[in-house]
Amino acid sequence: MASARHAFPAGLVLDAHKRHALEAPIVPLPAPASVVLALDQGSGSVLEPVVAVGQDVALGAIVARAIDPFGATLHASVSGRVKAIETRESASEFGECVCIELANDGRDALEPGLRRQEALTLEPPELVERLREAGIAGLGGAAFPTATKLAAARERGARRLLLNGAECEPWICCDDAVMRAEAGEIVFGARVLMRALDAVECVIAVEDDKPEAIEALRQALATTDAGGVAVDVVPAVYPRGAERQLISAVMGVEVPARGLPAEVGLTCQNVATAAAVARWARTGEPCLSRVVTVTGSGVARPVNVRARLGTPIAALVAAAGGYRGDPLRLIAGGSMTGRALTSDEVGLTKAINCVLVATREDLAPRLDAYELPCIRCGDCATVCPPGLLPQQLHRAVLAGQDEAAVTLGVWECIDCGCCDYVCPSQIPLALRFREARARLRDREAATARAAVARERFERHEHRLQEAALAEQQAFDAARALARGSGDQGAT
Amino acid sequence: MKFVTSAAPHVIAGYTVPRVMFQVLLALVPAGVAHVALFGPGLLLQIAVASVTALVCEAAALRWRDRDVRPALRDGSVLVTAFLLAFSVTPLLPWWLTVLGTAVAVLLGKHAFGGLGQNPFNPAMVGYAVLLVSFPVEMTRWPVPLDAGGAHGWGELARLTLNAFYGGEPGAGWDGYTGATALDSIRTGLEMRYTMGELLARDQIVGAVGARGFEWINLAALAGGLYLLARGIVRWHIPVAVLAGLLVPAFVAHALDPGAHLGPMVQACSGATMLGAFFIATDPVSAATSDRGRLWYGAGVGFVTWIVRSWGGYPDGFAFAVLLMNLAVPLLDRYTVPRIHGRTR
Repeated sequence: MASARHAFPAGLVLDAHKRHALEAPIVPLPAPASVVLALDQGSGSVLEPVVAVGQDVALGAIVARAIDPFGATLHASVSGRVKAIETRESASEFGECVCIELANDGRDALEPGLRRQEALTLEPPELVERLREAGIAGLGGAAFPTATKLAAARERGARRLLLNGAECEPWICCDDAVMRAEAGEIVFGARVLMRALDAVECVIAVEDDKPEAIEALRQALATTDAGGVAVDVVPAVYPRGAERQLISAVMGVEVPARGLPAEVGLTCQNVATAAAVARWARTGEPCLSRVVTVTGSGVARPVNVRARLGTPIAALVAAAGGYRGDPLRLIAGGSMTGRALTSDEVGLTKAINCVLVATREDLAPRLDAYELPCIRCGDCATVCPPGLLPQQLHRAVLAGQDEAAVTLGVWECIDCGCCDYVCPSQIPLALRFREARARLRDREAATARAAVARERFERHEHRLQEAALAEQQAFDAARALARGSGDQGAT
Repeated sequence: MKFVTSAAPHVIAGYTVPRVMFQVLLALVPAGVAHVALFGPGLLLQIAVASVTALVCEAAALRWRDRDVRPALRDGSVLVTAFLLAFSVTPLLPWWLTVLGTAVAVLLGKHAFGGLGQNPFNPAMVGYAVLLVSFPVEMTRWPVPLDAGGAHGWGELARLTLNAFYGGEPGAGWDGYTGATALDSIRTGLEMRYTMGELLARDQIVGAVGARGFEWINLAALAGGLYLLARGIVRWHIPVAVLAGLLVPAFVAHALDPGAHLGPMVQACSGATMLGAFFIATDPVSAATSDRGRLWYGAGVGFVTWIVRSWGGYPDGFAFAVLLMNLAVPLLDRYTVPRIHGRTR
């Protein structure tokens, strides 16, 4: 059903908190003495290390590979020696995962063979595979491998590219900074991505609160040969940048529930990802660094920095002038969907677009929240981007009614937190729905395991019966034979 | 450096249930002023008795249920119940009936079902309905409003009110000052085969736009209701649907047979119409919860009110309309789930 939601009635207009970090240009950060590369870079897929402790690696050498389509190849972001491969605190879902620590030898000795790509003339399937090898992943916060998205789109014949420059979440402004500074690179990256898709059309969607970025992109488009690429300005409403919401706002189509954008002929990539693609195409450099916003009332000077993957968060905070006041939370991401970290020793990943050091000033009503029962006011439903009834979903989840929860859209929930934001009963709705999804996934996995076990048991039973039957038949045959010979003997 | 973690989102707007409830109480002020000016100080006495009773019952129920007493008392919801009940009953109601009605509302209407957020019926209307069916005489004896030539001045009305409040027997002096409400006497008049024209001419029952006295309360309640709409405390669906459900049939019936049916203007400005549309039917806990469901719910409340006013045995049907539609809410909620983004239906 193609009921366009250009108007985007749901969502929230929030305080952006982006101005301070954008006052200065992006600061390139020197490589740290050691980097900590998490094997889950944020997509939820854990990579397999291909180096050993004590081994020397060059800058840009592959250190870990994906074991499924949801992980992106990971490269050494410094040259030096593998110091440790062990479980550490991380920015991943469970708060820790296996990490590779590299001691920087300071030489930045480059892996041989990394060179400029003739990206615009490569055959598209080959281009996709090289992007996979280069570890390019969604830099908007999901770290989903770009090659996997492109391959899925090619498989379904999706020929339109949407570059996401909406960047709707409060505090985060690294995409804005990249668009201002590297608009030409983004356009070039868009052309490479279009080549990979055989695409004829590309829309770069930017929210209207970023006039400088829009201007920079328009200039870049005017001065380069970029047929089919256009900029579309959309009003700033959180969560405009959520993939499905952006697609319906810009393209006027709805991505089917639990389906892919490719099913409506689209692929969505982040603008910073396009810039990383361009960087790779021009120099051969795989995904080794990213731009990240370091901000919040808990740092002295909010700033955007370009840092190597694996740079400890503490070094990023230091680049922003260090801690200030009484920092209460260290958040990877923005204030609405960011993940609170346990430690600033965690290394930068491809998924971390923002480090928000939050003080009481930034968090106040949430810190003092007191949960009351739901009064069914329905304010949550008026702001819910996928159009759920969070109040009814919450009731189903509390009652453990899994089927009702699925009907009411627990899987369609995009975890944006808008319902929490407006709830007068201050119920942590997004958290409850997250927990419900985890429970449902566990249950589905358990059901699948049980099905496998039952099948194994039934096969086992069947084999036993077969064996018993065969034995019986052999016995019967032998007896018949014996009787036969006995009878013969008697006659 | 180590940090404590917490779940996203890390910011909220900081809206609270008490904020919602106290905005509702604030929006009742204009209607309260009109009420006291036209019907004497009875409303204030009713509010005082109902509020104290409601708070005591709430605290007691929470103690029995082993719940935190303090935050629940601060949320203000029980005060809204008390105020709405006080506005619904006659200002001449003896105090012990107010106590009884409020106790029924809070204990039976609310806590028997699990307290805040759990009650299927509007608690104030439960209390009102129990009082109306149990004490029909006391519940339908209203003072004649001052602008309809009731008591000679507010002071006399106040004395009358106090007498009734303490349970004084209706004396000879009462007759000119009390009576049924306009809706009530029109309904009984029509049953006695008077024409609408005769009834409207009699006793100056109807003022400029509605039942004398009540018209001003309704207009003041409308002002309060518009304030709630403007502040986003209630949304438009229920009030608009209630008014449409009541006034559209009233308009049609009046156009077809003006001798037997009140017109939409009088309906809109009589009885509990505006108070009900903006303050009572909008109780979110016992109303349908989706926008579409709320339109059906409100239209049902308005329509049933019109039916009861036209043919029922009670002076105003609002309480019964609300309770009846409360019963329909689970059904409405089931069939009015909006389409989810990305689903085909």
